Amino acid sequence: MLKQIEGSRAVAEAVALCRPEVICAYPISPQTHIVEGIGEMVKSGELKDCEFLNVESEFAAMSVAIGSSATGARTYTATASQGLLFMVEAVFNASGLGLPIVMTVANRAIGAPINIWNDHSDSLSQRDCGWIQLFAETNQEALDLHIQAFKLAEELSLPVMVCMDGFILTHAYERVDMPTQEQVDAFLPPYEPRQVLDPAQPVSIGAMVGPEAFMEVRYLAHAKQMQALDLIPKMAEEFRAVFGRPIGGLTHTYCAEDAETMIIAMGSVLGTIKDVVDEMRQPENGGHKIGVLGITSFRPFPLVAVAEALRNCKRFLVLEKSLAVGIGGIVATNVRMAVTGMGLKGYTVIAGLGGRSITKKSLQALFDKVSRGELEPLTFLDLDWQVVNKHLERERQRRRSGPVAENILRDLGVVASKIA
Amino acid sequence: MFQVRIHGRGGQGVVTAAEMLSIAAFDEGRFAQAFPSFGSERTGAPVVAFCRIADKEIRLREPIMEPDALIIQDPTLLHQVDVFAGLKKDGYILINTNKSFEELGLGDFVRDWPHDRLCTVSATDLSRKHVGRPMPNVPLLGGFAAVSGVIRLESVIMAINDKFSGKVAAGNIAGATEAYETVRAAMAAACREESTHA
Amino acid sequence: MSFQPIKFYQTGTFTVGNRLLAPEERSVQAGEKRFNSLNSGHRACQGCGEALGARYAIDAAMEACHGKLIAANATGCLEVFSTPYPETSWQIPWIHSLFGNTAAVATGMAAALKVKGQTDVRVVAQGGDGGTTDIGFGCLSGMFERNDDVLYICYDNGGYMNTGVQRSSATPPAARTATTMAVGGEPGNTFGQGKFVPAIAMAHEIPFVATATVADLRDLEFKVTKAMGMRGARYIHILVPCPLGWGTPSQDTIRMARLAKETGVFPVFQAEHGEITAVLKIRKRLPVEEYLKPQKRYAHLFGKQPRVETIAHIQSLADKNIRRYRLLEEGVQ
Repeated sequence: MLKQIEGSRAVAEAVALCRPEVICAYPISPQTHIVEGIGEMVKSGELKDCEFLNVESEFAAMSVAIGSSATGARTYTATASQGLLFMVEAVFNASGLGLPIVMTVANRAIGAPINIWNDHSDSLSQRDCGWIQLFAETNQEALDLHIQAFKLAEELSLPVMVCMDGFILTHAYERVDMPTQEQVDAFLPPYEPRQVLDPAQPVSIGAMVGPEAFMEVRYLAHAKQMQALDLIPKMAEEFRAVFGRPIGGLTHTYCAEDAETMIIAMGSVLGTIKDVVDEMRQPENGGHKIGVLGITSFRPFPLVAVAEALRNCKRFLVLEKSLAVGIGGIVATNVRMAVTGMGLKGYTVIAGLGGRSITKKSLQALFDKVSRGELEPLTFLDLDWQVVNKHLERERQRRRSGPVAENILRDLGVVASKIA
Repeated sequence: MFQVRIHGRGGQGVVTAAEMLSIAAFDEGRFAQAFPSFGSERTGAPVVAFCRIADKEIRLREPIMEPDALIIQDPTLLHQVDVFAGLKKDGYILINTNKSFEELGLGDFVRDWPHDRLCTVSATDLSRKHVGRPMPNVPLLGGFAAVSGVIRLESVIMAINDKFSGKVAAGNIAGATEAYETVRAAMAAACREESTHA
Repeated sequence: MSFQPIKFYQTGTFTVGNRLLAPEERSVQAGEKRFNSLNSGHRACQGCGEALGARYAIDAAMEACHGKLIAANATGCLEVFSTPYPETSWQIPWIHSLFGNTAAVATGMAAALKVKGQTDVRVVAQGGDGGTTDIGFGCLSGMFERNDDVLYICYDNGGYMNTGVQRSSATPPAARTATTMAVGGEPGNTFGQGKFVPAIAMAHEIPFVATATVADLRDLEFKVTKAMGMRGARYIHILVPCPLGWGTPSQDTIRMARLAKETGVFPVFQAEHGEITAVLKIRKRLPVEEYLKPQKRYAHLFGKQPRVETIAHIQSLADKNIRRYRLLEEGVQ
């Protein structure tokens, strides 16, 4: 059924349709509306056979999820940014134990400095924790990926993180097609655990594993993610058969057939990129042969699919809302691994950190530059070099130069008067 | 694509206004996207919200840099925030006020502006009258429907019923309707005036 | 119970396996059909108080819920010695997640059972003092506050023993640990620090809070059984001497626990909804020296220049416990 609702509400309703049994969460912007929505549905009785727990920290949230999932209940939680970091020990524990928990990460920057706006640093900081990581481009995809996530997690016995841009998607009202309970039931069977705490068949879960077996256990986690490379596209096909739309999969391309320049990105910025690509392909705008590769599954990283998508292009530009401090791009580094030996020219653009808007205007200028081969290997989009250099000079001048963030804010002046 | 930017202060329902606008457009079978310029909740601070309306899927995610219409819920922002930034030539300007554009110090700004693109609504007064609270967002939507014709009043009413219920919904509908009719009347009067001067 | 003449040496003993009692009065451990939840073959030190306490507590819990129990365990001695790869000595469903989250894991387990309508299956959580009073404290308080249906058992040996005897917030004042060495002007753990979690548990007004020791194992079993007869958040804090960490002979574990109780150093009581309902009185009061002297972790208080003031300070804390928890029988000074 078509609805005009907030992205968070769409996710809440989708999760509710998946017949979750235990939901536990701790509030953090910008995930709050998701959990509030589900909480209300449980309390009012609309969502039955579901325990909703208000926990005392994100670490507790993931821990409650571990206990619940190990006892055989379909379990869900949501977090972002600092909250994800606070639960990291438990995040690794969950994947190490092979528990099919589904978690929404409403992507938000990590402090210091504290910042509540969108970028991908939170999820990507956990790219090696063993969870499957899926990135949604629209609210439709966000809600649909949650439905796929439960099935994927339970088939593989591996937890799944569904990532959606905080505020940009979570707090945006847009049209979505909400599935029916019948459709979801047809797609998602009840949870059949591979391991469960059951008095009838006692097992010990979580024993120490020494050097004799640790490598094998860890390899098996990697092997499961390799299985996911096959399962994710299959899941998308099954989904299309039941729900009638193409959602999910490892990657998708746009205008790629004859593209000489390929733009690679994840999440909601793909929408803006596609609008720019359409405009730049117009003859009156230069008729640029430019295409897009959207990565949906970041973990497992689809090396083969990425290489395939970039096979015929001359150059690629990775536009990412993340920064590996000390080296450059995170997504870019993963992409480069896929295209080793292909002789392609690659560019990394770090953009949108901490919620800085990525505008059509800036992208047009950027794509223009890259198609002329005039871009540096690493670019920070719309960076105010004046402010940066002023601060570097300040630090050179005196030892007690003061907190960086506060100095820069003072240089920028009143923020309220700006639109973007 | 039609792009509306709404300016106000926290607590004046700016975000709800954008959402209702998007719901109204949805009710007319169109695609719409509404989102706030995000921030921690804080009453009284300047807030901006955006709404895009189109006939096909909206992929664009940037803030509205070049609005086709501006709705200004709080005139104290006029000389504090650059509310007019990027406004398209001859774009719609709606302001919640019982003053005129001249009295607000905007005389020079709108000197050559087509009059049928400018609109004032005493939205705060209307909401106090019909809902008992100074919440100008809904009457302004009624005014917007009237001045722009981008959405119908019926759709605004459907959006009100989506967000509110009972007496509050009824009051809001009354407020929006009165704003709509007042603006329509003012436009008709201006039209007659122009044609007699022509 | 009918009177029957019994030879002197068989009465008044603390023997747990007293088969002279009527069957329903015997301890769980005395029964042949006990579950052996923590089975033999684990790698605990000789004389480990925690292994003893866990065996009694979990078997009593299993008995009380007819074998339908699932357990969460914190990282620590108990977890490490009971599951030496590739073996486990647990005969019950058991999960070890992390160090600081055991109470939260148990909360999740209870929630899952509730939603599945498995009301006959119960949840127990267990951890040492480190995992409970320090790193696990936030999750513990959260579980208490929500009144989740979990029995949390804390085995308190007064330090992080598994990692080499470091100080925890349960380490008593003046005790030597690897991070509160017996050197300098104030050797051993600092006075004026530390927390007594049973009192904090009572402040949460949860249905049941109790302390126990491995010297009164019948009492421990009673308390576990009683706790399992209730729903909601329950907490049992058991003093379990650690021969290695305390520097005591392995055969003296039970005796050390008894001395802790009889000197008033460790109060043994029960409380419901924040109010004390029963107290295990001191049978024959002893000065704290009797308790401190046998332990090498207090050796720096004795010897050629005994730290009389420190011992007096410890005595005053014991006196405070005796007053506060009313540990003295009428007629004993």
